[in-house]
Amino acid sequence: MATPSSEEFKARPLNLPALFKEAGYVAVVVFGLTIGLVGFKTEDVPGGLDIVTRFGQVILATVVAVAGRVGFVLLRERHFIPVLIGAGAFSAAMLVLLIGNIVDADQGVGRFLPFESLVVNWLITLFALILAGRAAWFWSRARPSQVAVDREAAMDRFSAQVQRAAKYFGPLMLGVAIMLPFLPVADRRLLDVAILVVTYIMLGWGLNIVVGLAGLLDLGYVAFYAVGAYSYALLATYFDLGFWTCLPFAGIMAAFAGILLGFPVLRLRGDYLAIVTLGFGEMVRVILLNWYEFTKGPDGISGIPRPTFFGLPFTRRPPEGTESFHEFFGLTYSPLDRIIFLYYLILAMALVTNFFTLRIRKLPVGRAWEALREDETACRSIGINPRNTKLTAFSIGAMFGGFGGSFFATRQGFISPESFTFIESAIILAIVVLGGFGSQIGVVLAAILLIGLPEFFRELQQYRMLAFGAAMVTIMVWRPSGLLAHREPTIRLYPDGPPEKEGES
Amino acid sequence: MNALSHDHGGPLISVDHLTMRFGGLVAIDDVSFSGDNCEITAIIGPNGAGKTTVFNCLTGFYKPTVGRLTLNHPAKGALLLERMEGYQIPQRAGVARTFQNIRLFPAMSVLENLILAQHNDLMRASGFSVAGLLGMRRYRDAENKAVERAKYWLDRTRLTTRADWDAGNLPYGDQRRLEIARAMCIRPVLLCLDEPAAGLNPKESAELNQLLRYIRDEHQIGLLLIEHDMSVVMEISDRIIVLDYGRKIAAGTPDEIKNNPDVIRAYLGETEDEALPEVVAQDLEHPVS
Repeated sequence: MATPSSEEFKARPLNLPALFKEAGYVAVVVFGLTIGLVGFKTEDVPGGLDIVTRFGQVILATVVAVAGRVGFVLLRERHFIPVLIGAGAFSAAMLVLLIGNIVDADQGVGRFLPFESLVVNWLITLFALILAGRAAWFWSRARPSQVAVDREAAMDRFSAQVQRAAKYFGPLMLGVAIMLPFLPVADRRLLDVAILVVTYIMLGWGLNIVVGLAGLLDLGYVAFYAVGAYSYALLATYFDLGFWTCLPFAGIMAAFAGILLGFPVLRLRGDYLAIVTLGFGEMVRVILLNWYEFTKGPDGISGIPRPTFFGLPFTRRPPEGTESFHEFFGLTYSPLDRIIFLYYLILAMALVTNFFTLRIRKLPVGRAWEALREDETACRSIGINPRNTKLTAFSIGAMFGGFGGSFFATRQGFISPESFTFIESAIILAIVVLGGFGSQIGVVLAAILLIGLPEFFRELQQYRMLAFGAAMVTIMVWRPSGLLAHREPTIRLYPDGPPEKEGES
Repeated sequence: MNALSHDHGGPLISVDHLTMRFGGLVAIDDVSFSGDNCEITAIIGPNGAGKTTVFNCLTGFYKPTVGRLTLNHPAKGALLLERMEGYQIPQRAGVARTFQNIRLFPAMSVLENLILAQHNDLMRASGFSVAGLLGMRRYRDAENKAVERAKYWLDRTRLTTRADWDAGNLPYGDQRRLEIARAMCIRPVLLCLDEPAAGLNPKESAELNQLLRYIRDEHQIGLLLIEHDMSVVMEISDRIIVLDYGRKIAAGTPDEIKNNPDVIRAYLGETEDEALPEVVAQDLEHPVS
């Protein structure tokens, strides 16, 4: 049966004559006000002033005002759904027009804005949004309310299903990822975006070890990315070493940086840990910026060697006495070859990260990380060494950051401290948080949402960051544990579901 | 290991002149007692008497200000607990504990909680993760053994059917038992239980008594027990130590303690006619209507 609160929000029968009367009053008032003020406009013409009529605007204003009034009356009488649909559709259409107008005032869809004045357009959009928002709020109150706990549980079940389904669509996604360079849609731009997305997926998976598994909030992850990138760049330029030789070194250097960060923060938790890691990230960047003799500071390092395919470079004309990739395989030279190779390189590195994480989660050290996240005191009471456990989490997470960094260096061919600012850490962390702590598939989804989509909407420039922020706020309010946060036990006593009979208790 | 054998004499755990100061506050003042193998030694006392502080010293959460804590390990001989790192005590000395306010790993499954208690053995078996990453047989065998041990304790604590539940979703009584099971998976020689019966109903308390007796008799280890529930303390304790304001005021068998005037005074207070403050006396005469 209906509860009192839903009774309050029940639709009442409409009194149509009264509605028409009210709408009529509004029409008369708006028409009367606008016919003089909006309907006629003076305009400079050669030889004096002329009067221009704008009756179209008057009629539009009247129609909008009447529609708004009807919307309010419907809302008052608790008819939410037509208001929600009408005001929602109207405001959505207006927003599209307005954004189109911002992007391109003369050519795009912005030409079709109803009113001449931009302010009026924004104002009525705002009012429509308020109306739609109120309708949505009433509507949500009218339905039997769903408690936040229930919603969490429902989302958790959903996440669990997604994770189970990931067993099947994971290989499918992997297949698509492997086939991507050979699909007809694959052009230079798509591949560049794909490389970027996969880089962030890999970094997200790396950071997931520290944040998702060990529960150590690390705001300075970009420091390890930078250490990896600079390790490779410096080793390659000073000692003339190749990518494949430097890759393990870059990982080891980053892991050491992780231990270096780990030691002073062993006793810190939560916010304090976050602040120190944030500081560490900045420190690394400032050192790179100021140690001019070694790192060339703000000038950056250029001429970083490109990766080779087992020694075969991707150049049109290789140096005398060597062969390039396309010559060796008897292909015609294509500048896309190198991009495709980079794509496969980062894809392989990301897959290694994923495989490693999935595997180590089921090992004692992975379980200890999760236990540390849950309760450090309890860890000590069962003989887990919190120091070593934390340090392994920091160093292994950092190592993957370092691998990612050296890939970044070889892809760009040029690095400078500019590339390793705090915003990078924030984006990687946002991917982990949005995807759901500890969720591997969530990271993929979040990286596509946060990196891939904005790349394709680059035209909207700074509004991308607005959408980015809105997405983060929504997640924090709606599901703080992240989109697909669901923890599957690392080992089950009953892999095929619990036994039929419950115990005596 | 040490040549000292099981019956070298001396109690399992002896606490000598233990003193713990926090700044100016003396939480424990020169307390000495001992606990024997195959015995349940209860530590009782009013709130704030320093019982949990004794446990925290024994299990390495605090470093005692003064005092010696000697554990006569059946296999390893005499170990000085106050000189060990806190996290080493559970595995090296075999001292396990539970907490007054349950501390499980709530988002992890019941089985995982029990396997985590065998972390150090598994860590060695996994070759510090290298052998484990490569999926070597040695690690898989070790893990199977760990599961077998966990199953045994799940059985003893009647949690088998809930093995795959998240520990945090268990009912309160189950969480209490799971904490004991987790402590036992460490294979301790001394089990310290901090108010294991708190919040249990009479039926669950009776089950707890059975479980603790079982552990004492079948596994032949020593138990230290902090408890307020006298139905538990008096029924299963072999010996009782009473603390008050950080001092030991009595020690003996349950019957001795029951009739000890010092203990009764500590629990019930002095009987003396105290003049009420004037305000309170007025309040009693003219209650707010």
